[in-house]
Amino acid sequence: MNILVCIKRVPETGARINLTDDGRAIDTRYLGFTVSPHEECAVEEAVRLIEKQGGQATALTLGPDEAEEQLRAAMSIGVDNAILLATDGREWDPVATAQALVDAIRDREAEQGPFDLILFGNESADAGGYQVGVRVAHALGRPCITGVKQLSIEDGRVEARREAGGGWEVYETSLPAVITVKEGINLPRYPSLPGRLRAKKKPITRLEPTWFDGGLEMIRMKTPVEEESQVTILGHGPEAADKAVALFKELGVLS
Amino acid sequence: MILTFIEHDRGKLNESSLEALTLARRLADDMASRLEVALIGAEARALAEPLAAYGAVRAHLVEHAWLDDYAPDAWAASLAQLMAATSPDVVVAAGSERGNEVMARLAARLDLPLASNCTEVATGQPFRVTRVRWGGSLLEEAHLKGSPALLTVAEHALAAESISKPPEIDVRPFVPTLTEEDMRVRVVRRVEPEREGVSLTDARVVVAGGRGVGSAEGFAALEELAGLLGGAVAASRVATNNGWRPHADQVGQTGARVAPDLYIACGISGAIQHWVGCKAAKHILAINTDPEAPMVTKADYAIIGDLHEVLPAIIQKLKS
Repeated sequence: MNILVCIKRVPETGARINLTDDGRAIDTRYLGFTVSPHEECAVEEAVRLIEKQGGQATALTLGPDEAEEQLRAAMSIGVDNAILLATDGREWDPVATAQALVDAIRDREAEQGPFDLILFGNESADAGGYQVGVRVAHALGRPCITGVKQLSIEDGRVEARREAGGGWEVYETSLPAVITVKEGINLPRYPSLPGRLRAKKKPITRLEPTWFDGGLEMIRMKTPVEEESQVTILGHGPEAADKAVALFKELGVLS
Repeated sequence: MILTFIEHDRGKLNESSLEALTLARRLADDMASRLEVALIGAEARALAEPLAAYGAVRAHLVEHAWLDDYAPDAWAASLAQLMAATSPDVVVAAGSERGNEVMARLAARLDLPLASNCTEVATGQPFRVTRVRWGGSLLEEAHLKGSPALLTVAEHALAAESISKPPEIDVRPFVPTLTEEDMRVRVVRRVEPEREGVSLTDARVVVAGGRGVGSAEGFAALEELAGLLGGAVAASRVATNNGWRPHADQVGQTGARVAPDLYIACGISGAIQHWVGCKAAKHILAINTDPEAPMVTKADYAIIGDLHEVLPAIIQKLKS
């Protein structure tokens, strides 16, 4: 199976997010970077599928040159090669992002044959547009199942499950297909040291797509106003148990 | 005209659609525009008339033999055809899983931009929207340039609000033309929930554990407390990533959003990704060894101490 997995470099945020002075970006001076959680699982799913069924996996990202770090991370757990669509740090909206991905996918498919499966995360951790995977699938004319938390593929048949109200909705389609996954579909592995070393030698194709205005232009970001809360310390250690039970009574949650 | 897509599952209304409809009605007032709604599938018929209470003057009932269950491409194709017939200026849907999905497919078909999960919209050329980033930890002000403007409304960003003098609502059928291709992706069957007991999103009390719990076994005390309070157990991303709990228990940006009467956060530091999942709780009690942990400073109540000592003491008190 020939699999493509699309990922995005995002900052690793902690207890709060600080913005730059102009509000157009997150202040990342003191932050590390990672891929969005859903995509971490998409990479793991791609690797599991080729381990079981053979074939190869390619990782694709649109981002600054530093996003090579996330492509290497994907390759360190078993992705074979990667494509970096290098940007100059400008914000790309979902329409422009999808178009750049589609162009790169078409070029790669013209050279090396079609991808049987294209995996995305359901939505990115930062922009959360919920649409790039859907747009890419539409442009390529392939079926797209979103929000998948269980995936099985046999003889070109796809069964995908989506969580719904504690149960599952079951979808079926056939390859080639586009699937957007959610965290929980698997538990991603940690890269091994030999894996990291191998990843350094794997090929990355670097392309420079042309930015265009896709119609959704970010002006600035801001932190939402949250109600100030004043914490009441009930006590320290096990001695606070009485106060806790009194609180449960007061809040009416004792059944 | 402003068209709002009203979402339902086999006839059961998704309440988030009423929030979206409320935002759409305010926008219609600002633009001196008509408010219409679209409902897909025969089972939605009964939902149409009550929408007059939210200001809708016309309901389009999109009916077709293939639209009985969820088929996102067919739903998007139906909306695209309805738009061609009615020429709305704005199309609005809930920022729910299905709302975002159907609107993304619609936007892809029409080659239009889509602003997902908006909290505010101001009319103009272009439309100015405020939308959610990082699951709600940040807001983004953006210009939305497409025409018609497509947007979804972040869930729980505003309260649904009916109006004092509901208009007459005109309900009319719309029959789309669907192709085999529109039906490639659809729900072919369902697996009903296996779990017993109260579900995480319905529970009045949620007892959640994070890094401080330390192991899968460590959750036994949380289970016991949840049992005594008739609540559900939840976990932070650290706990599910370590395999201590199944992912379905996760609260946060990549898990469930909960709004119980009481959220008891045990050994959870309170990273924003977790906070966005639990901040809607009426009351939060944090149990943590670190008095400076964000979960403690943002909580309503806190006990400073080791959850492995505090929880057994609370359980003992509750039993006696």
